Amino acid sequence: MIETADQIFVLLKHWLVGFLPAGWQPVAGVALSVVAIIAFFPALFALTVWIERKGLGRMQNRIGPNRVGPLGILQPVADAIKSLTKEDIVPLSADAAVHFLAPLLLVAAVFMGFAVLPMGRNMTLVNMDAGLLFYFAMGASTELAVFMAGWSSRNKYSLLGAMRAVAQMISYEVPLLMSSVAVVMMTGSLSLTKIVAAQNHYTWGLPHWYIFTPWGFAGFVMYAIATTAETNRSPFDLPEGESELVAGYHTEYSGFKFALFFLGEYLAMFSISGLGATLFLGGWSAPFSFLGWVPSWIWFFSKLMLSIFVFIWMRGTLPRLRQDQLMNFAWKFVLPLTLLNLLVAALWRFLGEGWERWVVCLAILLLAYAFMGREGMRRGHLGPRRYRYAE
Amino acid sequence: MSFVFYAIAGLTLAGALAAVLLKNTVHCALALTVAFAGLALLFLELDAQFAGFAQILVYIGAVAVLVVFAILLTRGSETPKDGVYSRNWLAGLVIAAGVFAVLGWAVLGSARSLPHETAAPTVTVLQIGNALMSRYVLPLEIVALLLTAALIGAVIVAMHEKEGQK
Amino acid sequence: MLGEGILKGLAETARNFAGSFVSAERLTTVQYPEQRIAPMEATRDFPFLVYDGADWEAGLRCVACQICEKECPPQCIYIEKSKDKKPDFTGKPQFYPARFDIDISVCMSCQICVEVCPFEAIKMDTEFELSTEDRFGGLLLNRKKLAKPNEHYHKIHPAEAAEVDARLAGEKVKADAKAKAAAEAAAAKAAAHVAAPAGTEAAPGGNAAGNPTAKPVEGESRA
Repeated sequence: MIETADQIFVLLKHWLVGFLPAGWQPVAGVALSVVAIIAFFPALFALTVWIERKGLGRMQNRIGPNRVGPLGILQPVADAIKSLTKEDIVPLSADAAVHFLAPLLLVAAVFMGFAVLPMGRNMTLVNMDAGLLFYFAMGASTELAVFMAGWSSRNKYSLLGAMRAVAQMISYEVPLLMSSVAVVMMTGSLSLTKIVAAQNHYTWGLPHWYIFTPWGFAGFVMYAIATTAETNRSPFDLPEGESELVAGYHTEYSGFKFALFFLGEYLAMFSISGLGATLFLGGWSAPFSFLGWVPSWIWFFSKLMLSIFVFIWMRGTLPRLRQDQLMNFAWKFVLPLTLLNLLVAALWRFLGEGWERWVVCLAILLLAYAFMGREGMRRGHLGPRRYRYAE
Repeated sequence: MSFVFYAIAGLTLAGALAAVLLKNTVHCALALTVAFAGLALLFLELDAQFAGFAQILVYIGAVAVLVVFAILLTRGSETPKDGVYSRNWLAGLVIAAGVFAVLGWAVLGSARSLPHETAAPTVTVLQIGNALMSRYVLPLEIVALLLTAALIGAVIVAMHEKEGQK
Repeated sequence: MLGEGILKGLAETARNFAGSFVSAERLTTVQYPEQRIAPMEATRDFPFLVYDGADWEAGLRCVACQICEKECPPQCIYIEKSKDKKPDFTGKPQFYPARFDIDISVCMSCQICVEVCPFEAIKMDTEFELSTEDRFGGLLLNRKKLAKPNEHYHKIHPAEAAEVDARLAGEKVKADAKAKAAAEAAAAKAAAHVAAPAGTEAAPGGNAAGNPTAKPVEGESRA
């Protein structure tokens, strides 16, 4: 029974595909999974938009939308209707072909990333040997789409926004990859299903998730920072900051194309949170061994939604980072720490089991963090302000 | 030589042709990106997963962006008025044909020496990693040194520029 | 500690989020139009004319002195004086406005008309839901629409209205006392006149007794 609940989507797919002749079955199975992903994640996107608006509202001491439907639950539907019926304005001097293709490329590249995520036991769409590499390759394609969008609009603000966005995405791509490489190093494989399987062991009921190790925790924090920057979320949302750049690279997009950009951003958030859950939080494995009866896909999506909630929480709390602060932070703080994290991960493995490796690894990481942080703060004159003429 | 191969090859050739024949330089760069994607698909069709994804990650994710940035920062988006084709296109065509002939002779010559009908070896990422760390570790370190030199050079040039501006 | 500011900020936001479900001070939204904030004493939106008693035409305090029309900065008040007079609350015959129009699409709620009115006739209302589809006529309020009873004034500005009423009552008392004194003086004069021999003293007039209009009504009228 537990097994059925856990594998319910796989069994459903096999049952539906069984109606077709044997030659068509593999293709039909893949097509069915693709359709399921394309249908499910935009629905999750609508739910997330509602959660974000209500959640942000509550954090800002106000109610979110509450007029459309009970508790405003139909607000995403209203937004969808609005974006579908708005006039699609393309500037006269804009490059029509590129302007049209940019949101399509963005959404296509982002959807491709979902193909390698293990959403449950046996629920990876394509079980690739180099799954993680595929995911990052698709992420790299989104940068090109952002640039195309900004350049084709023939608008200074769009171009500036696009340049900033691409610079930011490229800068934070390196810490993203480096923090994932530590996980790959410890697992010995680029395949995401193997990474989850390596974390699916329990000692005294506690799981072997990588986040519970020093290097895993540091890696997770840096991964979280890098993902916030990759998806242009607060506090790294200068490229789309409404108060600075109108709307950055999607200024000249209206109606459905804008909705596609919005969709692309949130889907990127989902897939990269899913990847973070897979790499550091154990994917679809349960937190405690006695909770193993809960279906695996519930754990995966709970971890995904928890990450989304943390994104929303950070958006409601932190002010925006300036472009140069952002880049400094990436190259001078996060990147050296990720390299150090690789070293610490290697030390963890080679020091063998026992308490020594905990002490050594924690000491190295904390000292490096404190030292670099203090140095950075001193250089940037951060800390409590000292006034020259007051008091 | 299946249908898939012809389709991907057609896409690559179309992208490459567009990259030289289009007027707008940024369009050319994007067409070049399509050609890169076609190459990556060819790698994937040959089951070389690592090469294919690395092609996407490096070429499309970095090189194409670099090319586009370079175009933007130097030339701008105006198309030159007096045509985009250089005057000595015939010489260019001859040289390209010559290079193609040499490469084709080298590839076909090596293919003739291989035994026919062997199963394609499946190269996993693990094997590539092992090879890089054991047999090819010296080239790896030399490439790393080269990259470091390039990085330091770029930083020095940028620093000099900044000081020059001051 | 590094990063502690971020953690403190996150804690504060979490407190806001959780608190907004339980305490009212963490959720300060007023769901207009079902709920409204009660207007304060000093709320002001657009002017209205005060009338005493039940009949708005008879009890209108405005005497069409046109001071507010002249002082209004955007000149949104248009007054036409009447030809005849009618008695005001002290009994003196006064003019009244035959036409009193305020264009509230022009009015900027500066309250100058209220400040300069000597008769406590125009005050600021608190009504703001005046949207209408009639762009020109709907936003031109005439005398009938502007006239509102004194009870309304008490309801919206209780402290002010009480003060104004006290002042007006005081003036009425003073005016009554003066009228009585003048009447007594006239009677005394008439008696003295009768008692004294009919001489060539042409009394400069019995007009000392009955001319309250010569002197303007006293009292500073500041709202």
